[in-house]
Amino acid sequence: MSAVMNAGGKGAGWLEDRLGNAPWLRRQINKVFPDHWSFMLGEIALYSFIVILLTGVYLTLWFNPSMTEVVYDGSYAPLKGVKMSESFASTLHISFDVRGGLLIRQIHHMAALFFVAAIALHLLRVFFTGAFRKPREMNWVIGCVLFVLAIAAGFSGYSLPDDLLSGTGLRITQGIIQATPVVGTWMSFLIFDGEFPGLAFLPRLYSVHILLIPGLILALVTAHLLMVWYQKHTQFPGPGRTNDNVVGYPFMPIYMAKAGGFFFVVFGTIVALSGLVQINPVWAYGPYMPDQVTAGSQPDWYVGFLDGALRLMPNWEISALGVTLSINVFFPAMILAPALLTVLALYPWIERFATRDNREHHLLDRPRNVPVRTAIGAATVAFYIVLMIGGGNDVIAYNFDLSINTMIRILQVSLFVVPVVTFIVTKRIALSLQRRDRDLLLHGRETGRILRLPSGEFLEIHEPVDEETRAKIMAKADIEPLALPEAVDEHGVANPEAKKGRRRAKVSGFFYKDNVPLPTEEELAAARHHLEHELDEAVEAGSKAAKEIAGQQSH
Amino acid sequence: MSEIVRSGQEAPEEPDFAPAEHVHPRRTDVDPRAARRAERQVAILFGLSAVFTLVALAAYVLIPVDAGVSLPLAGPVGALNVALGLSFGLAILCIGLGVIHWARKLMPGSEVVAQRHELRSTDEDRAAAVAAFERGLDDSGFAQRPIIRRSLLGALALMPLPLVIILRDLYTSPPNALSPAEQLSETIWDGGVRVVSDIADRPIRPEDVPIGGLVSANPENLHEVEEAAGNLNARAKAAILLVRMRPDEIVSEQGEGWSYEGILAFSKICTHVGCPIALYEQRTHHLLCPCHQSTFDLADSGNVVFGPAARRMPQLPITVDEEGFIVAQSDFQEPVGPSFWERG
Ligand code: HEM
Ligand code: FES
Repeated sequence: MSAVMNAGGKGAGWLEDRLGNAPWLRRQINKVFPDHWSFMLGEIALYSFIVILLTGVYLTLWFNPSMTEVVYDGSYAPLKGVKMSESFASTLHISFDVRGGLLIRQIHHMAALFFVAAIALHLLRVFFTGAFRKPREMNWVIGCVLFVLAIAAGFSGYSLPDDLLSGTGLRITQGIIQATPVVGTWMSFLIFDGEFPGLAFLPRLYSVHILLIPGLILALVTAHLLMVWYQKHTQFPGPGRTNDNVVGYPFMPIYMAKAGGFFFVVFGTIVALSGLVQINPVWAYGPYMPDQVTAGSQPDWYVGFLDGALRLMPNWEISALGVTLSINVFFPAMILAPALLTVLALYPWIERFATRDNREHHLLDRPRNVPVRTAIGAATVAFYIVLMIGGGNDVIAYNFDLSINTMIRILQVSLFVVPVVTFIVTKRIALSLQRRDRDLLLHGRETGRILRLPSGEFLEIHEPVDEETRAKIMAKADIEPLALPEAVDEHGVANPEAKKGRRRAKVSGFFYKDNVPLPTEEELAAARHHLEHELDEAVEAGSKAAKEIAGQQSH
Repeated sequence: MSEIVRSGQEAPEEPDFAPAEHVHPRRTDVDPRAARRAERQVAILFGLSAVFTLVALAAYVLIPVDAGVSLPLAGPVGALNVALGLSFGLAILCIGLGVIHWARKLMPGSEVVAQRHELRSTDEDRAAAVAAFERGLDDSGFAQRPIIRRSLLGALALMPLPLVIILRDLYTSPPNALSPAEQLSETIWDGGVRVVSDIADRPIRPEDVPIGGLVSANPENLHEVEEAAGNLNARAKAAILLVRMRPDEIVSEQGEGWSYEGILAFSKICTHVGCPIALYEQRTHHLLCPCHQSTFDLADSGNVVFGPAARRMPQLPITVDEEGFIVAQSDFQEPVGPSFWERG
């Protein structure tokens, strides 16, 4: 053991002689990381990405991305003698003739599902806790780009095997590209080297899938992590936690062990699941043929919302002046989705426009304490979910015995109504939780112990809330909405900024005005006093009342 | 903590961290037996991992690649896949669980506090950086020598153009090929080309299509094109559906005399974004696209009755030849498949 340590020490010394990195190293070893279950979502994304890279390299050893037609002659009997692309044939080869090949394919796909899901949940966590605020706006934007890249990576990979399902997905993608105003036809011809499907596309998609997108993801993930490391992690409020400190565990050994161990847990879970669950059995779908139908095809979940958007869009198309504008295709696919993502990426600045808040934030918000942000987030999620339901509406209509027409009409209306309702309801819930917090501070926690007073009254004993809860609640920052500007200044000159100021005050009011303030120091002191003497007071009051009654009776 | 101070050349000005105020001792901190038990558990997990790895290796060697098993929920699956996945997965998982258990039970359990520092530098540092940058800029003469600046910017703006222009040949058309829009506007159907059924690949007579029936079909000349060009492009445009209804059920057609004794031929490629369609409800004559549920009324010129598609299904004019087989009268009279800008 000590020999290893010595060798390690020597190696470190050799490096230090050349890099002078000892102080840096010491700081990294002692770096403190806060702990919370929700901080693991980003870790899951990172670890599944590593698993994807590893298994992806294995797949490249056997996979052959070619549209050249071959007659299948492998060991999967039902498809023997069937014409298919080399792409599909090599996928069958991996699945049926390479020992462990199917497992690698399944791990790659399972890890991809974990990857996209973890990124999405991580993004929601960051949003609802306000972790995107200064100084972490850059990392928020990187995260949004990573989300898009992850979807692109998944979709491009899913399309490679050239099975009937994924080929249909590609056909839809090609139709969308072709619907782009002005340049659509040419764009499609350039991408596919002519008409759909052509021979060139799969090899092109392959380099995008194994080189371009993973390269970009790797670069952005690196930047993302460096920034997290340098800026230090945010933390949830709790006893002893402030905006100026980090409370948690040092990198070495605890964080390192927990994070390193967690990598193995994620990796192992993905591998074991890939052994048990069958995902994307392409042999059951058969090879892609551009005139073969797939009924009830469902893409991987993360493209469901785009499919839904295409389904819910009314069939508007303009034909005039010798050209065609396919709003029905172009708007949902090329305008709506990118616009939503852009707004998402710019959200930190949108919120700042309302709050005018320029301070650094290292203490996370509890979602209830920022009702409007939480409601915006919930409404967006609701919008997304309606689209996703749209993507699976045939399955739902079938299961609930609704006509598809009814289902689409309901969803079209829901797309506008559900987010508004969600906004209102979420904001209400957040505010009532704020009120409950305030009550907890003022009246304490109900203990469930009931006392019967001499006067015959019942009284439930309250206890002051524990320190943990108290610290959490007290971390809330009460912010007053911006005041309306004066229309004229003290010299009676009209304020040129008044209009802008009024607008700002309005936005700020929208964001902050319903906030339930924390109790003041005096209220808290009074409450503390009351709680401490609750029993005495009650007994006293009770016996006084009893005396009074006795007194009255004696008259 | 004290370790760091002792081993450093000089003590760091501020400690990297301090113990937090709130400490909750764990069982393993106060009870040496609990600590020893945790130690054993960790070692057992690591040992299990090694065993599972060996099981995985054995499974690779022993289980034939085509052996199957039936699992309760998943149904029949590959035995090797299940055995390898489970054993290898557990081998990895046990290492992770062991390390985490070790960290939670045996490594120091209480939190520590480090101070944050404002990320923004001091005003002096910022000013010094700005000054350094300005000195650098001045020394370069970038601002003072507009000729250099403008010519450089101009050159840099032009320089990437070859990289862009090279992408033009992502699409290489054969000499005197049609323009993209023209290619999209025609198929290999032509007057006299026989309709062959998709599955049996044989020409079709009107008697072969029963009333209420639906037949997926292709042009007979598809073979030649396919072999010559080696691609599926022709198929992606030319696929059609034959349906037959009582002549009095036909409300309207896209052209006079385009049907034959109640048999109508329509493109099979959805005009929305191109999925092939074959869901046909014979009672209503509605054709439903599985992709986004556009619905077309084949008895009424293939018009859209529901869904996101904006264009009717193009109809192929048909008749029969001397031998009594169904043939096309001509190519489609409008482009098939998804819309495009030049379609007009
Ligand atoms: C960046 C994140 C990535 C994601 C989300 C992703 C996702 C996917 C998915 C979902 C499939 C379909 C698997 C199936 O069911 O057949 C796939 C296929 C494939 N991926 Fe990836 N992948 C990623 C990166 C990579 C990398 C870095 C490589 C290679 C170095 C790679 C190589 C492959 C290959 C060769 C296939 C086709 C093999 C087959 O389908 O049998 N992937 N990918
Ligand atoms: S492709 Fe047919 S409805 Fe979209």
